[in-house]
Amino acid sequence: MTMLLDLALVAWLLALAIHVARARDDQGAIIAFIAFGLLLGLGWTRLSAIDVAMTEAAIGGGVTGMLLLRAEARLRQRSSQPQTPKRTTKAAAAIACTVVAAGLALAVLSFPSPAPTLAPAAAAALDSTGLGNPVTAVLLAYRALDTLLEKVVLLLALLGVWSLAPDQLWGGAPELRQTVAPPPFVYLGRILPPFGVLIAVYMCWVGADAPGGTFQAGTVLAAMWLLIMLASLRPAPETRRTTLRLLLVGGPVLFFAVGFLGFAVADGFLSYPEGAAKPIIVGIEAALTVSIALTLGLLVAGPSSRAPAP
Amino acid sequence: MTPLAPASVHLATPGGYLLVLAVTLPVLGVLAMLVVAPRHARQVALVTMAAGLVTAIAIVAELIRTGTALTYVVGGWQPPLGIALRADGLSATMIAMTAMVITATGLFARGLYALGPKAQDGRAPTTFWGLLLATWSALNAVFVGEDLFNLYVALELLTFAAVPLVCLDGRAETVAAALRYLMFALLGSLLYLLGTGLLYGSYGTLDIQMLSRLSEGGPALSVALALMIVGLLAKAALFPLHLWLPPAHAGAPAAASAVLSALVIKAPVFLILRLVLDIAPPHAAILAGQILAVLGASSILFCSVMALRQARLKLMIAYSTVAQIGYLFIVFPLAAGNEAQAPWETIAWTGGALQLVSHAFAKAAMFLAAGVIAEAFGHDRIADLGGFGRVLPISAAAFGLAGLSLMGIPPSGGFIAKCLLLTAAVLNGHPWLAATILAGGLLAAGYVFRVVDRALATPAIALVAQKPIPRRLELVALALALAAMLLGFVPLEPFGFLQLGRSGAMAGVAP
Repeated sequence: MTMLLDLALVAWLLALAIHVARARDDQGAIIAFIAFGLLLGLGWTRLSAIDVAMTEAAIGGGVTGMLLLRAEARLRQRSSQPQTPKRTTKAAAAIACTVVAAGLALAVLSFPSPAPTLAPAAAAALDSTGLGNPVTAVLLAYRALDTLLEKVVLLLALLGVWSLAPDQLWGGAPELRQTVAPPPFVYLGRILPPFGVLIAVYMCWVGADAPGGTFQAGTVLAAMWLLIMLASLRPAPETRRTTLRLLLVGGPVLFFAVGFLGFAVADGFLSYPEGAAKPIIVGIEAALTVSIALTLGLLVAGPSSRAPAP
Repeated sequence: MTPLAPASVHLATPGGYLLVLAVTLPVLGVLAMLVVAPRHARQVALVTMAAGLVTAIAIVAELIRTGTALTYVVGGWQPPLGIALRADGLSATMIAMTAMVITATGLFARGLYALGPKAQDGRAPTTFWGLLLATWSALNAVFVGEDLFNLYVALELLTFAAVPLVCLDGRAETVAAALRYLMFALLGSLLYLLGTGLLYGSYGTLDIQMLSRLSEGGPALSVALALMIVGLLAKAALFPLHLWLPPAHAGAPAAASAVLSALVIKAPVFLILRLVLDIAPPHAAILAGQILAVLGASSILFCSVMALRQARLKLMIAYSTVAQIGYLFIVFPLAAGNEAQAPWETIAWTGGALQLVSHAFAKAAMFLAAGVIAEAFGHDRIADLGGFGRVLPISAAAFGLAGLSLMGIPPSGGFIAKCLLLTAAVLNGHPWLAATILAGGLLAAGYVFRVVDRALATPAIALVAQKPIPRRLELVALALALAAMLLGFVPLEPFGFLQLGRSGAMAGVAP
């Protein structure tokens, strides 16, 4: 039975992928791509990778889809004739993808069995962190440096998006919606956010011991914020505002501060003091969640499109 | 279960914390900049630069003092579970080079932005300072990384710092160039990440030192390395994947071009070197080296000719970058080494490293000089620059001196580098590579003299600068060009510092 379900999932994924590649209108392709992300998340749950599944659904399906839809809407406003890639470009892309896929298949089939894994080592070292979720331990303890630098990458992406604003609008507020939002949407914008915030807080909190964590929680928060902005219940903030900037860098700064504190009270950079690792990690995660939510929301909102108020 | 012994190969050294500082200090500057008022961004950048420069000097000094590589194990978590940072002689050289070029570029940008006091706290300068520091952190992270995934994060940091630099001036064509750069860079990242995943699936570790001790190859290793190297080639802009580079580097503001051309593309080259030298099994390394050398030689010839044909100064310099990068790839078969001699003991190893460093100084000097020229005259069409040497003598001198290094004329770092590579090519029996090195030098002479000839020309109507250029802007370019020349006084032999921390060449070779 599960075998049958898995096969159906794989067939569905393949069909969606082909549809995305072949679709003629961009909007249809993007919507199929969002569905693809959600289904892929389902695939990850079948492989028992719940954390990956949640991230895939939130980022691959949610945020990426939203960014693509906004880009497509912008493009449609700007140019009358849509640019479709040439046949040769498409053929080259198809050949390149086939070669890479064949290479991957060859390599994956040649993996030693059982595959070497660090999962037992990651689980064995859990005790010294006090955490229950090995994924969180990998992200915030064993490989905290990667996570820390990734957060800086997100901020840089935002800085890059902001830098696309015209000079006179620098520091102003982005605009998500020009027209009036339809009433049902406004209603949703009023009803959903409290629940969304609750879910985000829960996800962030359980991340220490169960699947969940900062990225997923941050994405949910960002979605709620975007909903409010899209429903025109609250305007997007001016990007130069100090409170906004402080919240944006708050997570990474706290992470760095704890990292450097490690020199004084523990084993060096990004090492946590014995016994206090878990509360510190939960604290970092909370601050990171806020920073990620703001970063993702502002990435979707785009560069500022109104001059800053004098 | 795992093919690897769990015992770690990394022992932290006392000075290892310096590597953490090298990676983190510049991004801390970025975070500070996001919070302070825009008018303070410049001060934050300058303070961070001073601190970063001191860190780089301390790393080099510590390496010379101890005679071994610096190692740091982050958070005390030993690889393969955790991440190690390590700087050997080559890494420390890269770190020092990066610190010098970034500081020089920062001083240049400060002077340039001071020309327009009104716009000084605006969008472009404020963004520039943040991206410049982020680039620095990313480069240092690439040079000290020992973990393939950590290196992926470093590459991402580099991409997201470098791409917005290209379109800082906001013109539609530079945004298009930046987008094309982004496409190539992301494609490269994706291929690199795929390869990393395959390596983890096969060996259960991403630590380069551990992977280097594997003797057995296999299809997974070959596929992974092929994917990663192709991905990195797209980022390094080696022929035929160079299409994104000329418009991107030529369209960026001068200070950004200098960093992009001198430093950013060196990071993927450095990683390819580590993959081929440290991870690839010997027979695969030889094959990869030969393919890379063919691409490198094509790059030298094709892009030098392209540089000769350019009408705009900055495009010419950008094509020259692709050509000069080619030299770094012909090093692979020349520094292959044998039973008697490890790769890092060959003259080609020293030659390649010198080429990398002297190109960084020379190219930064050229782009900064070109930036001064474009600022002074409002354009950079080579044909209309007749007599610019009389108006901007220091910039012309900087351009000419940097050109000497690109051509390989003594005394310059480029001369020593090309001389060592040529000797290695002749001794190892690679006549075609030797011919390519010579032809590349001649072509470089062609495109450099085209500009020098314009500088010395006496046009009927004397060229006048549209605005006064402060002397210290020009001096920054000259200082970089002189640094490229000073490298020409390095002795013509394998250089001890570059071998520090390489196995078998540990202690006793400090210069």
